[in-house]
Amino acid sequence: MASVEFRHVTKTFGSFNAVSDVSFAIGDGEFVCLLGPSGCGKTTSLRMIAGLETPSHGQVLIGGDDVTNLHPKDRQISMVFQDYALYPHMNLADNIAYPLKVRGEPVQKRHGRAREVADVLKIGHLMDRLPSQISGGQQQRTSLARALVYPSRVYLFDEPLSNLDAKLRLEARGFLNHLQRDMGMTAVYVTHDQAEAMALATRIAVMDQGRIVQYAPPIEIYRRPATTFVANFVGNPPMNLVPVEATHGDGQLQLKADGLTLSPLPMSSGIAAALANSKSLTLGIRPEHLAIAEPGTGNAISGTLFANENMGPESLVTIERPDASRLTARIFTDDHIALTDAVTLGFSPEHIHLFDSTGARIPADREQPL
Amino acid sequence: MKLTFPAFAGRIAFSALAALLGAIFALPLIWFIFAPFNARAELGITVPDPWTLSNFMTVFQNNFAMQALWNSLIQSIGGVILVGAAATLAAYALSRSSIPGKGAVTYILLLFSSVVSGSAAMVPIFLIVSAMGLIDSHLAVILTFAGGLLPTAMFILRDFIDSIPKSYEESAMVAGASPVQAFFDVALPVIRPGIVVVVVWAFVNIWGSFLIPFILLRSDKLMPASVAIYSFYSEAGTPTVTLLAAYSLIYSLPVIILYLFVSWKFGFRFFGGIKA
Ligand SMILES: Nc1ncnc2c1ncn2[C@@H]1O[C@H](COP(=O)(O)OP(=O)(O)OP(=O)(O)O)[C@@H](O)[C@H]1O
Ligand SMILES: [Mg+2]
Repeated sequence: MASVEFRHVTKTFGSFNAVSDVSFAIGDGEFVCLLGPSGCGKTTSLRMIAGLETPSHGQVLIGGDDVTNLHPKDRQISMVFQDYALYPHMNLADNIAYPLKVRGEPVQKRHGRAREVADVLKIGHLMDRLPSQISGGQQQRTSLARALVYPSRVYLFDEPLSNLDAKLRLEARGFLNHLQRDMGMTAVYVTHDQAEAMALATRIAVMDQGRIVQYAPPIEIYRRPATTFVANFVGNPPMNLVPVEATHGDGQLQLKADGLTLSPLPMSSGIAAALANSKSLTLGIRPEHLAIAEPGTGNAISGTLFANENMGPESLVTIERPDASRLTARIFTDDHIALTDAVTLGFSPEHIHLFDSTGARIPADREQPL
Repeated sequence: MKLTFPAFAGRIAFSALAALLGAIFALPLIWFIFAPFNARAELGITVPDPWTLSNFMTVFQNNFAMQALWNSLIQSIGGVILVGAAATLAAYALSRSSIPGKGAVTYILLLFSSVVSGSAAMVPIFLIVSAMGLIDSHLAVILTFAGGLLPTAMFILRDFIDSIPKSYEESAMVAGASPVQAFFDVALPVIRPGIVVVVVWAFVNIWGSFLIPFILLRSDKLMPASVAIYSFYSEAGTPTVTLLAAYSLIYSLPVIILYLFVSWKFGFRFFGGIKA
């Protein structure tokens, strides 16, 4: 296993920056997820680690060595492709053993090793089949087996679960998590599914338009999203964001928005700095921190009922505010009360997030422990 | 379901028309099957009585005709190997590398290829080949065909390779293979159906072509079968139908066998935008 580092890496296609001046370090044995919307440069970043794409500027390091211009074959890495890239003319045994074949292992030995790995992944009985003769889940495990069959310094995954159905995806996710605990592998895992990233990663790099917006452990991404972009991308459903107008005096902050009742908050140096720029802030609150409340009680926000989706143990209640923006609350179905047309959602002040007019999180003077 | 009278009449008319068209296409084929076995074959269709192999005997004893079949084989196989190998490598490079303007290159080549092997270019081709001192050699025919067929072959194959995900070779290289290893282990087997299409197409083209060997070759012992067929005409220019029929059948056999072999061995999978 080895560490990975990006130093000011930029990748341009023509005049388009797919990755712009990205720097980050992945420690030995870390499982890092690159998370972001489609086209933000996740795959491009991963391919630069693999050596399938050469950075336009900057350096890529693996295990402390500059590998920027090293051919993929010399990097001692494994990669699981989104389309699995199983060789259609080889049976599973030959597919899985291929990396050992190019390393010059004798047939007997490499098929033995392939079989071992396949058995762990429960595809050992399919070794004579062609990739076209097995199911999608089995193909996914075959490509995983091919990545695990030889010792590798870094494991790269490009949305390996995106072609599986929901149930198989959960199963495979659990297995990958187990594998990571078992092997302590260094892994870089590309996904646009925030739940997958939260479940697997030791750290998540949230990307937007070729840049890393936040690079932190999942719990920090969830509890202290660095920007409204991160807040809006992580969480299921994502954080509700409400534009508010701020006034302050006597060391107290008053936030105003249609339908919002919120008792004054204590001022902090961060808030003061933000207000020096603009009085417009964004209030963020996660759906799981909202609950149905009586009208006119405490800290609450109200609107008209837009949707009420029962998900089994919990329901998603969406309200629409006068400016047509929407807020969603995640409430336990057991707590369900008959909803009328006007709905008030209550919350407690320690659960709110504040972002300045540029969308950056306003830190508290004394942050709560994570 | 009950048919109304006009619909019924319409169907009958359609069937009759289809049958007539079918017959027009079938007649030469029927002649082609009957005539070689008929010692008194004419241009009209007659069922052989008795069936005989005497026409074939005469053909087999004709050294010039037999040598010509062998020459056809040399020229076709030589051309096919050249076209197949060169087109595969060129198409692979064109598909996988990021040379700017590679699309334009292919289209320009394609445009010129129809000129190169066409009759319009015969004079320049003759001059070039003769300047190279290759007139009256198998190599002249093989090279000219390779030049003429390559662009189209490359075009067909590039289209085919474009439709094959790069991730095959990429995963091989990440797994430790060199680009050359990745090409032979992974890419080539996947491209093979496309190569087979090109090879069959090139073979049929060269095998059946008359003009190029006719112009580039002089000596009888190098002439391919397509030219040799003319030896079955009498001095006065009337065909010796019996021999012609038998020879035509023999002449068409390699192509038929090639198709059968390929469809048995590879099952003709024309996928990936192949326009064969
Ligand atoms: N070979 C290429 N040539 C030109 N542009 C490219 C190339 N590869 C990627 N891009 C562009 O770079 C940007 C980032 O692409 P990338 O594949 O890294 O996105 P991604 O984050 O993996 O998205 P997705 O989640 O859809 O896979 C995209 O806008 C894409 O169009
Ligand atoms: Mg991608």
